[in-house]
Amino acid sequence: MSDERHRDYAGAKIGMWLFLFTEILLFGGMFLLYSVYRLKHPQDFHNAAGELNTIIGALNTLILITSSLTMALSISATQKGHKKLSTLFLVLTILLGTAFLVDKYFEWGAKFHHGIYPNSPELLTYTKGKVLFYGLYFVMTGFHGLHVLIGVLILSVMLVLVMKTKIHKTDFIKLENSGLYWHMVDIIWIFLFPLFYLIT
Amino acid sequence: MADEAVVSNYAGISFYEEKGRYSGLLSWVFSTNHKRIGLLYLISMLTFFATGVFLGLLLRLELIAPGKTIMEPQTYNAIFTLHGVIMIFLFIIPGLAAPFGNFFLPILIGAKDVFFPRLNLLSWWLFISGAILAIISLFTRGGPIDTGWTFYAPYSIKTGTNVSLAVFAVFLIGFSSILTGLNFLTTIHRLRAPGMKWLRLPLFVWSLYATGWIQILATPIIGITLLLVILERFFGVGFFDPAKGGDPILYQHLFWIYSHPAVYIMIIPAMGVISEIIPVFARKTIFGYKAIAFSSLAIALVGSLVWGHHMFVSGQSYTADWIFSLLTFLVAIPSGIKVFNWVATLYKGSIELATPLLYALSFIFLFSIGGLSGVIQSALAVNVHLHDTYWIVAHFHYVMFGGAGFAFFAALHHWFPKMFGRMYNRRRAKWAWFILFIGFNTLYLPMFILGWQGMPRRYYDYLPQFHTGHLISTIGSWILVSGLILMFANLIHAFFKGVKADNNPWGGSTLEWQIASPPPPDNFDQIPLIEHGPYIFGTQIFADSRG
Repeated sequence: MSDERHRDYAGAKIGMWLFLFTEILLFGGMFLLYSVYRLKHPQDFHNAAGELNTIIGALNTLILITSSLTMALSISATQKGHKKLSTLFLVLTILLGTAFLVDKYFEWGAKFHHGIYPNSPELLTYTKGKVLFYGLYFVMTGFHGLHVLIGVLILSVMLVLVMKTKIHKTDFIKLENSGLYWHMVDIIWIFLFPLFYLIT
Repeated sequence: MADEAVVSNYAGISFYEEKGRYSGLLSWVFSTNHKRIGLLYLISMLTFFATGVFLGLLLRLELIAPGKTIMEPQTYNAIFTLHGVIMIFLFIIPGLAAPFGNFFLPILIGAKDVFFPRLNLLSWWLFISGAILAIISLFTRGGPIDTGWTFYAPYSIKTGTNVSLAVFAVFLIGFSSILTGLNFLTTIHRLRAPGMKWLRLPLFVWSLYATGWIQILATPIIGITLLLVILERFFGVGFFDPAKGGDPILYQHLFWIYSHPAVYIMIIPAMGVISEIIPVFARKTIFGYKAIAFSSLAIALVGSLVWGHHMFVSGQSYTADWIFSLLTFLVAIPSGIKVFNWVATLYKGSIELATPLLYALSFIFLFSIGGLSGVIQSALAVNVHLHDTYWIVAHFHYVMFGGAGFAFFAALHHWFPKMFGRMYNRRRAKWAWFILFIGFNTLYLPMFILGWQGMPRRYYDYLPQFHTGHLISTIGSWILVSGLILMFANLIHAFFKGVKADNNPWGGSTLEWQIASPPPPDNFDQIPLIEHGPYIFGTQIFADSRG
């Protein structure tokens, strides 16, 4: 029974959407923590958010939104049978995802350099609201970064499948579902960006 | 397995004889056939159940008299935690959905398999990996966890026992549960046989549908909560640590946002099984089909909004208290609807008191006691008195063991001939049921009284005035275990030496009884065409009114 007997794109998409619900809810737990602690310490959150680098945050937002575009273009190209174009856009998406992670690495690195990381002696001298803000910042962008990394890995597998023509004009559901996942990762960042960088 | 002796009276072969890429044990653990995966779950879960029972037996033995009896307090803490973790996460949450849902869901809707067969196998692998990690956590750095199954912060973050690994194990099991729910939902949406309209679905399928939604919408919350506990332990982020501004009550919220709906993950499929069994043995179509089907969804919905009733004395706001109290009262309504409809189905039925029905009837009885005691607890003033007492222990054992557990045994006896193609000794099965039922009530009924008198739960020692109750309870645990041993001995004997079962030994009307026992690899030669609702018996076949 190991072979797929049915090819039912609508069903495969239902499965993917259900999975995306679970991802949204996974982050939902953290957004809940964020809401409660921000309500408790509005001033601290305001002050701490001013210490984050809005330029890097905005750059990362731009990178991810662009990568969502190239992702959609790659699917579109596959559906129209343009293998080379699809490959190109997929490579671009992967590169943009990687650029996001590199950016994130430098951003976190700068914070570590200033002695700001969970439970650091420096951080513990701050007010409680700020400690929580940075805790949420590292945990939420950390989990998000992990999802970007997983997304990049998934898209790399898709790239191989497209190049081997395992994904093609009439069989592209895997690519489309990976695209859905990538957009979900993007959307979560769209919420993280204002909540951490723009609330000053 | 039972390959050689099972002769299918179907023209083809049974799924036991199916030849795949692998043979022997590998043909099971790498099989994507939903029936094999269902049996994998069944066997692994029964193993964990036996372990959990043994641990429970040890706890009861320790409590037979005040003071130390057989173990030290720390051992006691570890054992009650293990008993809870094993019974909840490894037995009753996969519960009826994973083994019986996997085996029967595709058959009941006229499909050849679930929608994502390979994902289904991955679910089992995640489940078993989680179980193995949980076992490893007992013997590695720090030793067995002593937090109770709820892993409450801040203790779970401070204790030196091996919380991180155990909690990660539970995370994997949760992931497995999500994938199963996702798979079942997609299967029910996409793979129903032609003519299998939504209101012709067997009620077990409806219950799996409601359960699937809870699994998908609630489980991620415990997933992130458990990951946060691990992060707290390794990095000291401070979300639940008041010294760093965190709030331990928030942990409780996050934990119960999943873990209360999880109670319905355990009980709704149980209710589904009862709704299957009662019409068969009353020879009568189910009373109030739509009411039962939709009450599952109502329980899933309202049950997701009542988690705060675990925290009436934790320090949440009074407003939150009374809202959660009100919503908790409301959950009793859809549960009551089910009970009344089951009883109405039995009314003027041609009742055959076979073993599955005995278990189903005792389910109604025990679940009603458990459920009604839950209504008592949801009253705020009473709850303050009962919180964290043996009353609560009695309540959830009546619901979980008397409810989901007895429904599990009902399903096991109902579908045993279909799954294994053999019939057990019915007389012995009834005796086992009787002993089990007596033992159960002797074990747990005194706990209601103990709790009302003020005996706190999870205590290693107690005052002399509670001695009688504890003594009776411990004796009850021996009776209960005797019943369990007899039941499993009977089933295991039947598995190897039982007489061959007919395709339809109970006269059931749903699809699984129309195919061979045990079923052929693909269930159906041809996907059946469904022309009427699921519960039509004998002279009752008339124009289907359910559309």
